[in-house]
Amino acid sequence: MMEIGLNHYLVLSTILFAIGLVGIMRRKNLLLLFFATEILLNAVNVGFAAISHYYGDLTGQMFAFFVIAIAASELAVGLGLLIVWHKRHGTIDLDSMSSMRG
Amino acid sequence: MEKYLYIALFAPLVSSLFSALFTATTKKTFTGIIASILIFSAFVSSSILLTHILSGGEPIHVEMMTWMATGNLYIPFGFVVDQVSVTMMMVVTLVSTIVHIYSIGYMDHDKGFNRFFSYLSAFVFSMMILVMSDNYAGLFIGWEGVGLCSWLLIGFWFHKESATWAANEAFIMNRIADLGMLIGIFLIYWNTGTLQYDGAFASFATLDVSTLTWIGIFLFIGAMGKSAQFPLHTWLADAMEGPTPVSALIHAATMVTAGVYLVVRSNELYDLIPNVGLFIASLGAFVALFAASMALVNRDMKRIIAYSTLSQLGYMFAAAGLGAYWVALFHLMAHAFFKALLFLGAGNVMHAMHDELDPFKMGGLKKTMKGTFIMMTIASIALAGIFPLAGFFSKDAILEAAFVEHHYVIYAVLLFTAGLTAFYSFRLVALIFHGEERYKLFGIHPHEAYKFMLVGMSPLLLLAIIAGSFKGTYYEMIIELLPETEYHIHSHLVYWIMTIGTQTFVALSIIYAYKKYTDSKITVPDGTSLVENSFMYKLLLNQYYIPYAYERYLVTPYRELSRLLWKEVDQKMVDASVDGIAGIFYFIGNNTRAMQSGNLSIMLKWMVTGTVVLLSLAVVFGLAARYSDEIIIILSGLGV
Repeated sequence: MMEIGLNHYLVLSTILFAIGLVGIMRRKNLLLLFFATEILLNAVNVGFAAISHYYGDLTGQMFAFFVIAIAASELAVGLGLLIVWHKRHGTIDLDSMSSMRG
Repeated sequence: MEKYLYIALFAPLVSSLFSALFTATTKKTFTGIIASILIFSAFVSSSILLTHILSGGEPIHVEMMTWMATGNLYIPFGFVVDQVSVTMMMVVTLVSTIVHIYSIGYMDHDKGFNRFFSYLSAFVFSMMILVMSDNYAGLFIGWEGVGLCSWLLIGFWFHKESATWAANEAFIMNRIADLGMLIGIFLIYWNTGTLQYDGAFASFATLDVSTLTWIGIFLFIGAMGKSAQFPLHTWLADAMEGPTPVSALIHAATMVTAGVYLVVRSNELYDLIPNVGLFIASLGAFVALFAASMALVNRDMKRIIAYSTLSQLGYMFAAAGLGAYWVALFHLMAHAFFKALLFLGAGNVMHAMHDELDPFKMGGLKKTMKGTFIMMTIASIALAGIFPLAGFFSKDAILEAAFVEHHYVIYAVLLFTAGLTAFYSFRLVALIFHGEERYKLFGIHPHEAYKFMLVGMSPLLLLAIIAGSFKGTYYEMIIELLPETEYHIHSHLVYWIMTIGTQTFVALSIIYAYKKYTDSKITVPDGTSLVENSFMYKLLLNQYYIPYAYERYLVTPYRELSRLLWKEVDQKMVDASVDGIAGIFYFIGNNTRAMQSGNLSIMLKWMVTGTVVLLSLAVVFGLAARYSDEIIIILSGLGV
């Protein structure tokens, strides 16, 4: 049985981050875009927690908590806007949101 | 006394600004009246100052404020009223008062009535600065100011192509000369460290002759432009496109004499360089003859008088060049009176003739225009220099000066020119006022000018007659400042022979002109007669082909060069490079605009791309920094 070390966590974090990136690039649904953003943030959280544990320093884990808190508030605001948008336009497709077209 | 100095100086400015308030409205007679009153108050102040100076008072010197004070350069707005400047102030304010009053009648039906008075008063203000300044910098401001006002007034009827052309010609010719003058002023500052007249004059004696000669030459180039001396003379005749009061004030009595004033003012300089003085005198005599010859055949009333002005300016320069500065100034004064009168009379005739300028189409006007007839005849007698009118005393003094100084060639030229002057003046008078009434063929009904215009002109008439009697008093006054050069021909016999000879010669010219041009057989020339086809006639009528030569050998090549530079250099190189740079940005903008689609998904993709690019760069630079030593070795191996 192989010991699970820092590198494994970092690889996991990278894979998650890549999945998140692909998600925000590919998804056309605003709700799924939020999911992808969450994956990105949590990929970073995994990294923080792992490195924090590796160095025996709690600062990283504390920081991860901050990230979670911010992600939650961001999502609350985002979902609120999403609901308003859905009420107005009946869709949450990203391609329909182009009123800022240059 | 300072109070009067400021009134004389600033009343015209107030007048100009006041009239300027109404430039956008319709004709308001009161602007003309108020302008006339203000200029008249300047005249009264000048008269008070003249009495002060005449009664032996000290010259008044004020320093209104500092203009420039940096390091060693100190130029104040200083004004001086001494014997020379008070003469000029009197001439300027007197003639301009009369011209202002006259213009109320002359410009009666003109749309630009208010604007005209604004320009005219602005001119008077500039001229006052020119003559009253106590330093060369102030003189230069006035010099440029009168040039500007001259441009505005020649081109007053700017809807006429010929008027704008003439205005530009006058302005550009003066610009060429002003460059010379500016160089002269710089040289003065460079060598003496001051531009104040008294300071500069005091240092001139310590400078070497070649420096002084250069200063003298460059200042005189400026004078040549303003006073329309050869070869910068063509603008004066073309300037006759302006309204006639302008010709009377600017192009006869005041502005064109600024060059003479400059030479007289700088007399201490020209006294030190007699060679330049001799050149000035020779050029003056040449221009006197040259301009008079062109006046002989011209068929434009105002141009004839303009050439006559040119010729008289030649006389003034001849006198000034020979060191007879006070004679030059005296002739300047006398000339201002009778020439302004002649021009204003010509204005009356022009009005009566519905702007017809060819004297051959007039004739017999003495019946309908008695007042103008008398005035123009007396002005012409004064111009011809018949005893006892003003011209006799001043012109005779110039001839005597040339004779006594043993410059017999200049004397002979000036004497001969006096005959020509008499001839062309009376040719004009005879053609306009005597003989058959040829204007009837053209269906013109002449009428005399307004009475107040004639009354307004009468002071000039009086002065044209009596100005000569002031000669003694004037001499007493002016020698306080100018060199005391009285010209006495030692032998009484020679003096009387000369005077009577000159008078007879002039009188014969007048009689000949009368005889020739009061003939009832005179008709409008149609270019078929023998005289008109002779070489001399054509040469003179075409002004020695000088304007054509300028057009062909200076203007056309210059225009061609300018066109070349415009098309080839400016458009193809300068414009192209600037436009090219702008074009690159347009191109980039156009092609990257699609990025700003407003689509969140696409923007996110760009964001990710940016992040990846920045990360990659960070990695590349990080690696480069870590392995910099190896990289340097590799690069030096490649010979970089």
